Amino acid sequence: MLGEGILKGLAETARNFVGSYVSKERLTTVEYPEQRIAPIEATRDFPFLVYDGKDWDAGLRCVACQICEKECPPKCIFIEKSKDKKPDAVGKQQFYPARFDIDISVCMSCQICVEVCPFDAIKMNTEFELSTTDRFGGLLLDRQQLAKSNEYYHEIHPTEASGVDARLAAERAAAEAKAKAAAEAAAAKAAAAAASSAAKPAGGEA
Amino acid sequence: MTKIGTKLGFGRKKKPEGWNRPPVIEQTSEGELLEVAMGPHHPSTHGVFRMNLALDGERVIRLKPEFGYLHRNHEKLGEGQSYLASMPYTDRLDYLCSLTNNWAYALAVEKLTGQQVPERAEYLRVILSELTRFQNHAGTIGFLMQDMGCSGTPLMYAFREREKILDLFEELTGSRMMCNYMRFGGCRVDATPAWLDATRKVVAGLPAFLDEFEALLRSNEILMARTQGVGILPPDLAVNAGITGPLLRASGVNYDIRKVDHYGIYDRFNFKVPLGDHGDVYDRFMIRMLEMRESLKILDQALKEIPGGPVVDPKAKIRGFRPKPGEAYGRIESPKGELGFYLISDGGPNPYRYRVRPPSLINLTVLEDMSLGQNVADVVLILGSVDIVMGEVDR
Repeated sequence: MLGEGILKGLAETARNFVGSYVSKERLTTVEYPEQRIAPIEATRDFPFLVYDGKDWDAGLRCVACQICEKECPPKCIFIEKSKDKKPDAVGKQQFYPARFDIDISVCMSCQICVEVCPFDAIKMNTEFELSTTDRFGGLLLDRQQLAKSNEYYHEIHPTEASGVDARLAAERAAAEAKAKAAAEAAAAKAAAAAASSAAKPAGGEA
Repeated sequence: MTKIGTKLGFGRKKKPEGWNRPPVIEQTSEGELLEVAMGPHHPSTHGVFRMNLALDGERVIRLKPEFGYLHRNHEKLGEGQSYLASMPYTDRLDYLCSLTNNWAYALAVEKLTGQQVPERAEYLRVILSELTRFQNHAGTIGFLMQDMGCSGTPLMYAFREREKILDLFEELTGSRMMCNYMRFGGCRVDATPAWLDATRKVVAGLPAFLDEFEALLRSNEILMARTQGVGILPPDLAVNAGITGPLLRASGVNYDIRKVDHYGIYDRFNFKVPLGDHGDVYDRFMIRMLEMRESLKILDQALKEIPGGPVVDPKAKIRGFRPKPGEAYGRIESPKGELGFYLISDGGPNPYRYRVRPPSLINLTVLEDMSLGQNVADVVLILGSVDIVMGEVDR
């Protein structure tokens, strides 16, 4: 019969139309500013810098190694290395970024900076309400605007952040153990040197 | 002098003069031809694509495709930066199917460096690329119906399912469309058991959607009247023009790189390659419907068999590696056809030459042959059935 296919299709649309009033899971629209859907944990948009402790300036994990600046595909990161050094998250004396800018109007959210960072200093944010009236200055984020606490990182990516913390703690413990061993070795060496120097004059006298 | 064809024993009949050129459609009206520039801002051209049409009344006499409006210098950029830095740019080629683009590029670099991919990563790649194929075909059919004037309904049904798949992508890769997930020697992050369960749940719901979609469209008289016998692509022309993907298979040529090349682990799965008979728009629509069913078959098998283990080769370096001088061509069956990446290394950290073989661009070359003698309204349908994404055409 001509028109049978059309009628079959219409039955299908009617079923969907009525179904949308019956079944809750068919109503997928969310009234955005008032209602929000729960964010997905792996979501990413733009990078931020992680700091430990209370003071963002002192606690930045970034050591200005500039790997992310080099690897960034659209080249949206600009880093200026400091002249002096300060202790990093593991306790080693390191440089720090005197200037760290990310132009998020250029950034394409690819996450390569996060992958190549050996210090777990740069991570992806999930904040998406970033509209600004200043087209150039408002989207060029500096060091202070990029710095976010480790607690904030735990809040947005809990599983990933705890993995990073465990790894950093292990590294710190290893570094401490190494430093302790080195200190002990140095102490032993100093003691031996002292003993030998003590023995020497004695020998000289003899 | 023997001709090459007879020497090799192809046994082909002698082709008439100009057999591989578009047929010349004679003008019938007495007036002048009307030249129409369709695009680049025409809503039916799937992006910024322009067709210069010469019309005799409603009939198309000439069609000249013009592209390059979305050129972003992808290939030259790839030569100026490291191998890893090109990976997120491949997402932006065919922006509906970023995961298959990632795979093709990763395959080319893996051939160049000789890296091995762990089992689990291979399975994840198959799962993700079949999901990509599903959502691309559903979307293509939806847009084809939209081009036909079927305002909204099939497209919304297709996008409802696509949304579920994109949510899975976001949960695993962190992004809905620009996934940037595959790496040389594996995948970036491992899938959790919860993600695999969610995928199984979504895949279990997809056959019902396909049944609904088929009931809605397959035997619709308007659709059949508009698409059957329209935009016919003969198989010999398709082969000679290098057409691949659903467009080629709708013309009845049995060529699927998943079957021919067995890249990845496709030889382990049991699936069929649907073939068309007439090579018209309706066949291309049906091919995509049937391919979605086959994709679900592969997904079922892959989700059942997926092993544990690492997801990336522990020896693989993601940055700072220098492949030995040489060349590699990695190709896969992307939802649109053969997507290939050709790389030449001179031993440095960047590729010396980086070339993409985009299926959309090459499939567009037969647009004039399919459209000549058809009505203008059908040209919109024919273009919709080719399934192009301008990001890939212009690169």
